[in-house]
Amino acid sequence: MGPGDLAGVLSKLPVVQNSNVLVGITTSDDAGVYKLNETTALVQTVDFFTPIVDDPYLFGQIAAANSLSDIYAMGATPMTALNLVEFPNCKLPGEVLLAILQGGQNKVAEAGAVIIGGHTIDDNEPKYGLAVTGIVHPDKVWTNAGAQSGDCLVLTKALGTGILASAARANLFPNGVMVATVSMATLNAVAAKVAEGFTVHACTDITGFGLSGHVYEMAAGSKVAITIDSAALPLLPDAVEAASMGLVPGGAYANRSYLTTVTFAENVPEAVRDICFDPQTSGGLLFAVPAREADELVLALHSAGVASASKIGHITNEGSGEIYVR
Amino acid sequence: MSDRIVDCRGMACPGPVITTKKAIEETSSGRITIIVDNEAAKTNVAKFAAANGLGAGVEAKDGQYYISIIKGTGQLAEADDRSQAAIGDTSSQVYLITQDTLGHGSPELGTVLVKGFMTTLLEVKPQPAVILMINSGVKLAVKGSPVLNQLTTLASRGVSILSCGTCLDYYQLKTELAVGEITNMYTIVETITKHKTVTL
Repeated sequence: MGPGDLAGVLSKLPVVQNSNVLVGITTSDDAGVYKLNETTALVQTVDFFTPIVDDPYLFGQIAAANSLSDIYAMGATPMTALNLVEFPNCKLPGEVLLAILQGGQNKVAEAGAVIIGGHTIDDNEPKYGLAVTGIVHPDKVWTNAGAQSGDCLVLTKALGTGILASAARANLFPNGVMVATVSMATLNAVAAKVAEGFTVHACTDITGFGLSGHVYEMAAGSKVAITIDSAALPLLPDAVEAASMGLVPGGAYANRSYLTTVTFAENVPEAVRDICFDPQTSGGLLFAVPAREADELVLALHSAGVASASKIGHITNEGSGEIYVR
Repeated sequence: MSDRIVDCRGMACPGPVITTKKAIEETSSGRITIIVDNEAAKTNVAKFAAANGLGAGVEAKDGQYYISIIKGTGQLAEADDRSQAAIGDTSSQVYLITQDTLGHGSPELGTVLVKGFMTTLLEVKPQPAVILMINSGVKLAVKGSPVLNQLTTLASRGVSILSCGTCLDYYQLKTELAVGEITNMYTIVETITKHKTVTL
């Protein structure tokens, strides 16, 4: 669902208070955090979606990398996962389901976690994802609400996966589509590990609400305003070309109409604006770190193989979620 | 001049754009009216027309959009040229590099050759989509590599440089990786199975 529709429904539900809930549903964060004792908190998240690529094994990998990402975005370590599967048993052969599950299982294993169960429903269109549980020290949770005036923003993956998924369905831009596929199947584990050595004030991952939507959640949660440097944004190859020719998913337009606090400098090209609102699958982590540490963090990420990591903006002042893209 | 109506109502993204593309390609000259039922599709079709140098007029009626695109004969040739150019710039060519020198024989000559190869690759169109490094090939993507500049330039142009993680571990070079990303055998096998691959 788009951010506007979801917020409208969630606002009607009563908020249940519990002192062990460190991060709950009220702050639009990536995962929930529940304190078990003084040294351990549970981090839980769930995500599933329809196939974004044709290849079932790759789809499984991407869905798992996407689900695990929320755990990394909280500064936590994934431990266990449960499969969520909807599959048209009559329409597709069992090997397809096997390939999806194999992709998911291998990606979860790469993350050092283990799948311990799941649930399957017969449905017209396949859907796959995981509920993932991780652990973190209660004092070391990264939320999206801690960004401070003077921080810089570092993004770890290139943008444009939604636009390139449209391009894939249109059989266009094979190069960009392939790079996007590799990016989506890549875990955020290395990026999170590298960032542990730095002063992370806030962290989130870029997914369905697009860069602008998740920057907004960070800015609003942290009560600050944020400036994004459009020229510094890491972009997937062909993303600008694909956006220019109208391969922009409907979700990008939904994000754009919901996010009323985003303003653009006049010279930011229309295609780059589209990319700012483009819903991402298994997108990168977005860190807010003190300005003096930002360049070093980007360097450390590059050395660790996170080649797209870039410093993309900064926190300007106190505010309530205003975003300026220049 | 012919009039053509293309009904894209009920189509999910990117259906309207693809249908419009096909209609424009099939029409030598004349007016094409595209009907869509949502704003995202309207904006996307208008973007597609603009990207092909064609003007588009939009009329909204009862929650539906009628987009008129007029195509002249001159614009046809131009649009075709553009799509040809777009195809010429990209490819799905994959190179699987299995060692840090090129060819068998003198390692000294092999180093000269690999340098020449990568430099030439910078000039060749279409550029490759992915370069996979395995075994001692990973040494080309780490600090001190003789072809680091060439690979960095290729990466900046959107070529994926992927080095085998097991191999980097074996040569104890994981922290030295200077260009591209670390990959695994699944991705390598997927990539070479699906795309035209040259092994060096």
